[in-house]
Amino acid sequence: MRLEVRGVSAGYGAKLVLDGVEFEIPAGKIMTLVGANGSGKSTLLKVIGRLLKPRTGCVLLDGKAVHSCDTAELARKMAILPQLHHASGETTVRELVGFGRFPYRSGFGVLSARDREVIAEILRLTRLEPLQERKLSTLSGGERQRAWIAMTLAQEPGVLLLDEPTTFLDIRCQFEVIELVRDLNRRCGITVLMVLHDLNLAARCSDFIVTLKGRRIRHIGTPREILQPEILREIFEIESVVHVGADDIPYCVPTGSVKEEDNKNGDGGL
Amino acid sequence: MKALRTNSGRLVVVVFLALLLVGAMLLSLRFGALKLSFGEILETLFQRRDGIDYQIVFNIRLPRVLLGAMVGASLAVAGTILQGVMRNPLASPGIIGVSAGGGLAGILVMLALPQFGAFLVPAAFCGSLGTAVLVYLLAWRRGVNPVRLILAGVAVSSMLGAFSSTILLLNAEQAGGVLDFTIGSLATRSWPQIRQAGPYMAAGLAAALFLSRRLNILALGDEVAAGLGIRVERTRLLLLTSAALLAASAVSVAGLLGFVGLIAPHIVRIVIGTDNRFLVPGSALFGAAMVVGCDTAGRMVMEPSELPAGVIMSLLGPPFFLWLLRRHSYEA
Repeated sequence: MRLEVRGVSAGYGAKLVLDGVEFEIPAGKIMTLVGANGSGKSTLLKVIGRLLKPRTGCVLLDGKAVHSCDTAELARKMAILPQLHHASGETTVRELVGFGRFPYRSGFGVLSARDREVIAEILRLTRLEPLQERKLSTLSGGERQRAWIAMTLAQEPGVLLLDEPTTFLDIRCQFEVIELVRDLNRRCGITVLMVLHDLNLAARCSDFIVTLKGRRIRHIGTPREILQPEILREIFEIESVVHVGADDIPYCVPTGSVKEEDNKNGDGGL
Repeated sequence: MKALRTNSGRLVVVVFLALLLVGAMLLSLRFGALKLSFGEILETLFQRRDGIDYQIVFNIRLPRVLLGAMVGASLAVAGTILQGVMRNPLASPGIIGVSAGGGLAGILVMLALPQFGAFLVPAAFCGSLGTAVLVYLLAWRRGVNPVRLILAGVAVSSMLGAFSSTILLLNAEQAGGVLDFTIGSLATRSWPQIRQAGPYMAAGLAAALFLSRRLNILALGDEVAAGLGIRVERTRLLLLTSAALLAASAVSVAGLLGFVGLIAPHIVRIVIGTDNRFLVPGSALFGAAMVVGCDTAGRMVMEPSELPAGVIMSLLGPPFFLWLLRRHSYEA
């Protein structure tokens, strides 16, 4: 599925957060948005996921503007997992995943045979089968996040948008989530756009990384192209050393923050 | 308990609650100042359509029992909807201002404008509904967020409460007469009240059942719900409208009957879980049984005089609820 962002400006109240953002999310790839706090990553994801209307510009999914097409129909093509979600601790994993079938059901909402088939398949894919009758309150943070991702997968989306899916998780759970996303992308061809804070995690799982700063996109490239000390200085105002591991994946070791006097020559200062 | 958390298990519970309600209604028909056997009741209703027994059963008890069930169902479903929409277990029909608004209108009509006493029901209904609309508009700012709605509701309720207190203080010598209304009671209610409030209650209950699946989705958070293809503001407005309609019609005929709207949803949730497709009908049946049961008990404890259903509810409800709460691990 082709997802294009065309000249998007967006914000909240008087505050403009994005200004003229323009890029394409390549079909079947994993793309990660990175940037400092407040750089507009989540806002951009919300605009793409039609949760926020842009002031100008549009988002096109297979050539159709997402903000003007039928929202239930869109929910069968594109799924979004926002940072903020609630569910009663009494909800079971299976029930939560079942909610993902909402865009396919009508009336009182009895699960069809097809719904049950999809739910079973997704529980298997996300390795949640043994946990399916458990209440959410009894799960670990990583298991719970997997259950939420499984809920979005039940929508059978071609495009999956994830806002910081690894936040608050310990390092093993972070990898579990990332590996699950990778796996889904490889096996089902889902196009993924996500926001991540951890650069090394982003480098490990993304085909492309997009950097955001000052309401605009600054760079788009492969992890090797983006993980460069100069780029990280510009985007995050950090000094860093970048290495390339034996598996050809780059990783960065931050060594300090850029002080204001060093920054005067660059364009990122105040 | 676990066996009840399957859809068929939940259905069994709903059927059981329906039987509970029927039982409570039958007992309520039977007991009171005049004691009749079930056989006598049937005979009175269907054969001997004259005399004092018929008057008591058909014009006093039957409408009172029906109205009690309708009021209980309405308040419990309003509570269920509001707890879901607000994502807050403390939400009750009072939270959107319906109690304070209905209370003020009722007190106003009964004490300050007694010449309009005949309009008590429509006045309380308009007061309740009008206050709910006011609270919604005050909370609106590019959409309505639950926390703003709750805070607006508390603020408006507090202000209207002050007006009510003032009217009560200025008419202190007659204030006793409105106690029945402010505590919540079904005494002296009959067919006219059913005709006045019934259509709104029926509409509200039907809407709540129809929207119960969307309420499940809305409970996941506004953004998640929007991502699943729900028009969040529109759905929330529809749900709040049905809750306000239900609560306002209940307040208009039974006064400020508290507690059932807060507790009935929780009690049913403890047993069948959070799925609103079962919770809405379950709460309706259980809330109805609660009010009918408490009204019957209120008629029996101090014969020949009676205690308002609201008093019995607040006396017996909490211990039962706390007992359930301690027995189960329950997170709303």
